[in-house]
Amino acid sequence: MEYQNVKERNKGLVDALYLVKYETDESESHLKVIDAELCRKCEDKLCIVRCPAEVYLWDEAKDELEIAYENCLECGACRIVCPFDNIEWRYPRGGFGVAYKFG
Amino acid sequence: MATDVSNKFDVIVVGAGLAGLSAAYTCARAGLETIVIERGTKPGTKNVMGGVLYTQPTARVFPEFWKDAPVERPVLEQGAWILTKDSVIKLSYRSQRFAQEPPNAFTVLRVKLDKYFADQAEEAGALIICETLVEEVLTEGERVIGVRCGRPEGELYAPIVILAEGVNSELTRQLGMQTDLKPTDAASVVKEIIRLDREVIEERFNLSGPDDGLTIEMYGDATAGLLGTGFLYTNQDSLSLGVGCLLSQLVDCPHTPYSMLQRLKQHPMIAPLIEGGESGEYMSHLIPEGGYNRMPQLFGHGVLVVGDAAMLVNGVHREGSNHALLSGLLAAQTAVEAHEKGDFSGRVLSHYRARLLEETPTLHDLRKYRNASTYMERHPAVLTTYPELASDAIYEMLKVDDVPKRQKQWEIVRMALRARSLTGMAWDAIDGARSML
Repeated sequence: MEYQNVKERNKGLVDALYLVKYETDESESHLKVIDAELCRKCEDKLCIVRCPAEVYLWDEAKDELEIAYENCLECGACRIVCPFDNIEWRYPRGGFGVAYKFG
Repeated sequence: MATDVSNKFDVIVVGAGLAGLSAAYTCARAGLETIVIERGTKPGTKNVMGGVLYTQPTARVFPEFWKDAPVERPVLEQGAWILTKDSVIKLSYRSQRFAQEPPNAFTVLRVKLDKYFADQAEEAGALIICETLVEEVLTEGERVIGVRCGRPEGELYAPIVILAEGVNSELTRQLGMQTDLKPTDAASVVKEIIRLDREVIEERFNLSGPDDGLTIEMYGDATAGLLGTGFLYTNQDSLSLGVGCLLSQLVDCPHTPYSMLQRLKQHPMIAPLIEGGESGEYMSHLIPEGGYNRMPQLFGHGVLVVGDAAMLVNGVHREGSNHALLSGLLAAQTAVEAHEKGDFSGRVLSHYRARLLEETPTLHDLRKYRNASTYMERHPAVLTTYPELASDAIYEMLKVDDVPKRQKQWEIVRMALRARSLTGMAWDAIDGARSML
């Protein structure tokens, strides 16, 4: 699917994520793009499409990937689908990130 | 680390999931000084599964756990639903034999369950440190000697480290025991907890009371025909509804994981079952699907790999929790043996793999289904064309009208041949038998 349509597809996701408890690490993002230029060349931008929590969006104005790491559910899909291995993926620091209530 | 805690242990377990807690409990019971390092705020808060917990394997680790563990409902009925856009073919098995104590399986919610197992491990003497991320495995030559945690003075030492770090197996890869996961190695799953009154659940699913529950696996249109499954499990006062697909399947998929779940929730056969429910939580997790061919090295000098980190999941039979628990148990027994012998080399730790082979069905089953997920990728008709055909055929035969039955049969045959050639069907069947039987 086209990464431009993700926002429309994910209608309602904001409410779903509102129910998720996070301990957000304000000091740093645990997700980083290694080479921003590669993202510009990337056609499919599967990180955007495959993320269950809309962590990734394309910022058309800045022409770069926007990372809302505070939404991350820590599944790890983005790193695996990136055809350029261009995501520096780590777990959040100990005690931070998603904290499920049911699991 | 608190300064009154020594930094030397007999065993370090990385990760407080089912595999890690099983290992820690078993090590601690055998008298080993055991520490578990968990990155979540509490054991369980990072952990997700469908989830079905199987009694017999679990009881090998935690005897008679069902008497006081926070399980949801015993699974007395298991269904497989093949969905098309507007229809469902239901296969369901219900048996009183499942109702005898102990039942074959339970539905569970991991946050509650893992806390219970963590309490058991602590009572047995294991030390569980939360809010701590292991960043590195410490080695000396070829030998693993400990771990470095993401906090000051975070070095911990032990002659054996058990890696129960889950599907995103950073440390296992750091040691070169596993290579990077590919999109064919993992399924992306999203799940929602849907809260409903227990009476409503029991009435809707024909359950006799709180000690009655069911699981439904869904195929075909549940995943828009992609290689994956949907699932619906009954908890005490909620439903677990989810959908997952192999990451490699999703490249051309017109859905996001979230919209795939919404699509399933709106399916005419599912919507009435969840009607009036309130969303409790939305979550996502990867399931390791690489199987036998993508298992990491399971042991090294001073190190053992268990559970999801070891790819011990049988996707065809939705089994993972049992293999996690058993691998933790056998890794722990191997750690105890190594301590008795004072030998932590790969030679002794290889007994973990030997035990897995001799004492559990884990490796046998993984080996049996090693080509199952590639089969599905090679034969997409199984999850798209055939469900539609089956639904149309049944519809035709059940619909009473002016057409004689023999004519309907021939029309079904013609319809099938239009959808898939005879050789194509034969190939699907033969290769299917080869991959699954």
